[in-house]
Amino acid sequence: MIGLVARGFVVDGSFTLDGIRAVLAAPRTWRIVGQTLAQAVAGTLVAVLLGVPGAYLLYRCRFPGRGLLRAVVSVPFVLPTVVVGVAFTSLFAARGPLGWLGLDESFAAIVIALVFFNYTVIVRTVGALWARLDPRSAEAARVLGASPARVFLTVTLPAIAPAVLSGASLVFLFCATAFGIVMVMGGIRFSTIETEIWYQTTQLLDLPAAAALSIIQLVVVVLALLVAGRARTRTEHALRLRGDDTAERPWRSRPDLLPSVITGVVVFMLLVVPMVHLVVRSFVTADGWGWRNYQLLATTGAGSLTVPVWTAVTNSLVIATQACLLAVILGVMVSLVASRRPRQPVLAGGVRVLDAVFMLPLGVSAVTVGFGFLITLNRPPLDLRSSPILIPIAQAIVALPLVVRTLLPVLRAIDPRQREAAAILGAGPGRALATIDGTLALRGLGLAIGFAFAISLGEFGATSFLSRPDHPTLPVVIFRLIGRPGADNFGMAMAASVILAVLTAAVMAAAEFVRPREAEL
Amino acid sequence: MSGLTVTDAVVRYGDVVAVDAVDLAVEPGEIVALLGASGSGKSSLLRGIAGLEPLAGGRVCWDDEDVSVVPVHKRGFGMMFQDGQLFHHLTVEGNLGYGLYREPRDRRRGRVIELLDVVGLAGYGKRRVSELSGGQAQRVALARSLAPRPRLLLLDEPLSALDRSLRERLVGVLSDALRTTGTTAIYVTHDQDEAFALADRVGVMADGRMLQTDPPDVLWRHPASRDVATFLGYQPFIAGDESGRLGGPNCAADEVVGIGPAGLLPAPDGLAVPIVEQSYQRGEVLIDVRIPDGQIATVRVAEKLAGDELVVSLDPAGCVVVPV
Repeated sequence: MIGLVARGFVVDGSFTLDGIRAVLAAPRTWRIVGQTLAQAVAGTLVAVLLGVPGAYLLYRCRFPGRGLLRAVVSVPFVLPTVVVGVAFTSLFAARGPLGWLGLDESFAAIVIALVFFNYTVIVRTVGALWARLDPRSAEAARVLGASPARVFLTVTLPAIAPAVLSGASLVFLFCATAFGIVMVMGGIRFSTIETEIWYQTTQLLDLPAAAALSIIQLVVVVLALLVAGRARTRTEHALRLRGDDTAERPWRSRPDLLPSVITGVVVFMLLVVPMVHLVVRSFVTADGWGWRNYQLLATTGAGSLTVPVWTAVTNSLVIATQACLLAVILGVMVSLVASRRPRQPVLAGGVRVLDAVFMLPLGVSAVTVGFGFLITLNRPPLDLRSSPILIPIAQAIVALPLVVRTLLPVLRAIDPRQREAAAILGAGPGRALATIDGTLALRGLGLAIGFAFAISLGEFGATSFLSRPDHPTLPVVIFRLIGRPGADNFGMAMAASVILAVLTAAVMAAAEFVRPREAEL
Repeated sequence: MSGLTVTDAVVRYGDVVAVDAVDLAVEPGEIVALLGASGSGKSSLLRGIAGLEPLAGGRVCWDDEDVSVVPVHKRGFGMMFQDGQLFHHLTVEGNLGYGLYREPRDRRRGRVIELLDVVGLAGYGKRRVSELSGGQAQRVALARSLAPRPRLLLLDEPLSALDRSLRERLVGVLSDALRTTGTTAIYVTHDQDEAFALADRVGVMADGRMLQTDPPDVLWRHPASRDVATFLGYQPFIAGDESGRLGGPNCAADEVVGIGPAGLLPAPDGLAVPIVEQSYQRGEVLIDVRIPDGQIATVRVAEKLAGDELVVSLDPAGCVVVPV
């Protein structure tokens, strides 16, 4: 990261601000920044407006089929961005099933795809809090004569506001740094900072400009996080929470109808239709229905690719395994340290800084990580650029924040007095760590491994910088296929997307199965 | 000197002084109760002795050896936490055996069975901790803390999370377990019935200071100050001449007389005072009366009374004289 910032200022061995100044002076830059912000704000607003009713229905009401619905809602988040992009492109294409909407390659289409991707984030973060909100505050307000609407506005909304804000800031980050979706759906017309960095680096080879853009993005992200953090502390107050899920109650037709209709439409139109469409479209060939697209995966697509798609699948699996191993080992160590509550203020501050540093990749975006690797690890003593280990390392860095976010709540939920009890029974620091933290962290490990593996499988941003032509991963291959003309190439992209989606979903389904109660998101 | 010696101990949380220069000695085999309201510093003192909080001043010694800098797990002190802090990922047996991991397997198993017997839970070894009731969980916690034969056992309000009847039963279990195992113990509580039932000596703490440490009967008969007497339940405090008028003990001008729960009795040759209120408490009737100096005092009788006056006098055996 430091190498990246330095590269923005240093040209030909001397310190200069020219690179930055040139980028800042270009009207194109400001158009791109504006585009990025507009896209992120629109995506966040829509996701929040649709997600809050969804959180209510899925976490506050009890009805048959809720488990299935929750599972359906959580699928998009783990789908690779390239797959999402391909699904929506094909859906909105001029001759696609929703072509009549005229949304092909439009701003609205990108926002819809972003909402598809981030709806889960809002539902989960808000729902997790809402499910444990003590209903008696709302009941007290009702008894005092407030209408249901007034109760929602004056009691419930202030209570869930911190969760809404933290979910929204996360979604804003994801939207502002979305790469795969914009690359696949918008092309150059809707470039954001993220795609522009890629364009400047790989197409124009203008590294200082790319570095300058990375810095602008860093500033935007940090500003957004600061604003969100301040808003959150202002709205945060002691909440009356219940430890169990007893705050939920059976579905009732009158108060729950509106959220049910909204959620039903969203889940069907926004989530189910694109996913089903992707699968259906993968079976459409020039001469009717068939497996032809899947059979073509064994070929290089008449020269469009350097290797058959199945080879890319193998590449992806191998790289994902390596990345997953790295991310989980690192993640466990970081979580163990970050879960400590040292007594000395200096150490406590150190832990907070560590926590923030390892969350940075979450906000900095995969493209910046890939770009940073490209320009810092390319000379002795650490010349890894041509080494095949570079991609797993970069993917591990991208996956690390989510691994930490999965393990940390589990470790933080451990009552510190459990460690004290172990110590007082004669357990030294090592034994206490193994028997208390270790045993409980194991429960979160399955989910962490699943996340790391799924993210590495679908990782496109960083990989697109580092992948070598003769050794591509599945998302890279899909992106290359969709950029080529010809029905066969498009069909192969569809089939490959389905394969990638199925692989990711299978990994996540297995991980969900062992999810501990404490882990959210 | 053998046993525990705490000298000038200070525990600080930031700027707040929780324990302020406290001295305490516990001899081997002795049980000392620490009594005090919440926030009086008694739990902080306990954590300081255990090594869970660093001492900002003073020393903790065992058999004249300074253990202030010895890490928690090497002090050889045991602790029973207020909410048990059982390890939920282990069985009852696993919890009991946790502190015995250095011992061979069969010795460990024997000790676990022996201790389950001591706390009256024989045969519970294979149970999951989450299947236990509150009282059972605390008994397992007690057995777990006794298992490694700690040279000193620290009990931090171990019964305060339980309801009254369970508490009264478990005080007996605790007392028997500590006596039969000959354990040296410090027992922190805010309930003086518990403290008096268990302890050889009782220390009363307030605002981080140790006000008095004495055997229960001495403490009860001779509270060192008005604060201690108040905490023990002496109420109200009256001047010497007022006490004399009611048939109670006389005292100097810089002293007051505290009326204990059985200090004011109905007596035919006493003084008639107005009844303010009558209420039931555990089978007795508490009658609040207004004594001549205007304060309210309580008389305990068997039945509710008709009329609005009661003739009472002070029993010197139920009253104490303390400095103002």
